[in-house]
Parts: sequence; C-alpha cells; structure tokens
Amino acid sequence: MTPLHLCLLISTGLFCIGLAGALARSNTILVLLGIELMLNAANLNFIAFWRFGPPSPPANGMIFVLFSIAVAAAEAAVGLALIIAVYRHQNNIRLQDATRLKG
Amino acid sequence: MTTALILIAILLLGSAAAAMLRRNLIHSALLLIASWAGVAAFYLWAGAEFVAFAQVLIYVGAISMVVLFAVLLTRQNPVAELPAEPASRMRALTGITVAVCTAAILSAAILSSKFTPAADTAPQTSVKQIGLELMHRHGTALLIVGVILTVALLGATILAATDAKEKPEDRP
Repeated sequence: MTPLHLCLLISTGLFCIGLAGALARSNTILVLLGIELMLNAANLNFIAFWRFGPPSPPANGMIFVLFSIAVAAAEAAVGLALIIAVYRHQNNIRLQDATRLKG
Repeated sequence: MTTALILIAILLLGSAAAAMLRRNLIHSALLLIASWAGVAAFYLWAGAEFVAFAQVLIYVGAISMVVLFAVLLTRQNPVAELPAEPASRMRALTGITVAVCTAAILSAAILSSKFTPAADTAPQTSVKQIGLELMHRHGTALLIVGVILTVALLGATILAATDAKEKPEDRP
C-alpha cells in the first residue's frame, strides 16, 4: 500500500462522512456543512495526486485547490444567507418544513 | 511519515464524524473547525504549504465564523426540540446506508488500482512560482473567480438583508 492509496482512502472516508451528513441530517446548516466536507475531500485528492501522482506542471494541483477553495467559500456564503432568509420566513431551519419556494 | 499521516487522518475523520453525529449545532461547528484544521495539517504533511495557509485563513478563519454566526442567528427554542419521528429516522438510515455503500465501492476501486511509485520529495514550488502561474496561465480563471466571489457576496448580502420598510414593532 503506497501513501497515495492511504491518502485516497482518507479522502474517501471524509467524502462519505459528508455524504451521510448531507443525506441523513434534517438541519439545513448541517447539510451545508456536509457538502463542505465533500468539497474538502475532493481538495485532498487534488493534493494527493499532485504530490504522489505522475509528474505534472509545477503547482498544478495547488492552483486547482485554490480555485476550489474560492468557489467553496462563495457557496458557503450564499448557502448560509439562504438559510437565514428561510429562517426569517418560517422560524426554523428544518429541511422538511421548507417546502414552499414563495413565502 | 506514515505514522503522522495516520494521526492526521484520525483527527480529521474523527472530528468530522463526531460533528455530523452531535445534536448540538455549536458543538458540530466547533468540531468541524478541528476537522478543517486537520485538512490543513494534511496539506502541510504533503508539502503544499501555501494551500495549507490558505485553508487555515479561509476555512478555519472565515467560513467557521460565518457558520457560527448562522448557527447563533437561527437558534431555536430548546423546548421545541422534537423527538425523531419515524420518517426522519428512516431517512437517516437510508442516508447512512448510501454513504456506507459509496465508501465500500470507492475503497474497493482504490485498493484494486495500481499506481506508479511516487517521488520521495514533494515537487518544489515557491510562492513566487504559484503567483506567476496564477497570473500567466490561469489569468482568466483568476478573473472569473474574482467575479464569482463578488457576485456571490453581493447576492448573500441581499438575500440575508432585512426589509427596511418593516418596523421592529410589527414583528411577532
């Protein structure tokens, strides 16, 4: 088992923890955080392949991760703003209760 | 070297799993900060120092604060804590089953694939090199990311802003 296998297994674990959280929890904030964990698992893969994969142009993997972090930050900001807007409408943030698009 | 990786993995996966299992949202948010710090430690271990510092600044510093603010702003009455109804328990069970099956499939695929042996040291990259790459080969992408961040943050402000016409005494 090479270090690359180990890194990929770790990121698989992180991805599946995020997937379980996003599918199983009914709290909207935790669903969003599960999605963040899945994005982080993808970033772990980028760095693992950059470090242990076949030779590539220098800093390629790092630049991928930087862009991915930027998009994840934008997604988190919009998601949390949506959660606050939903909370203002229905006074709770349970996913089951957010069934109307127009309040 | 592998020992350090296993320690980092235990920190990372343990705190992420605990965060997803806790009922208290503030505990979850704090445990997720530990998990993001673990991801930064992994980047440091792999030799990607710049990305590790970006992760600490953006996730451990900024996103965690936004999450904590969202948790505090949407705090619910603890009396309103409902017992888990059968439908939500069923959904939780289904979600965990899907996650376990995905983990099994991905692990089997990873363990059965062969990778060429890696170099002993990380590829040498300086911050100057990253900056030059960003500005030359990825200049367009950098501009687009800037536009995305501007639009997303403006949109988030508009979505979360209160209606100015609403008077405070009108609220229930």
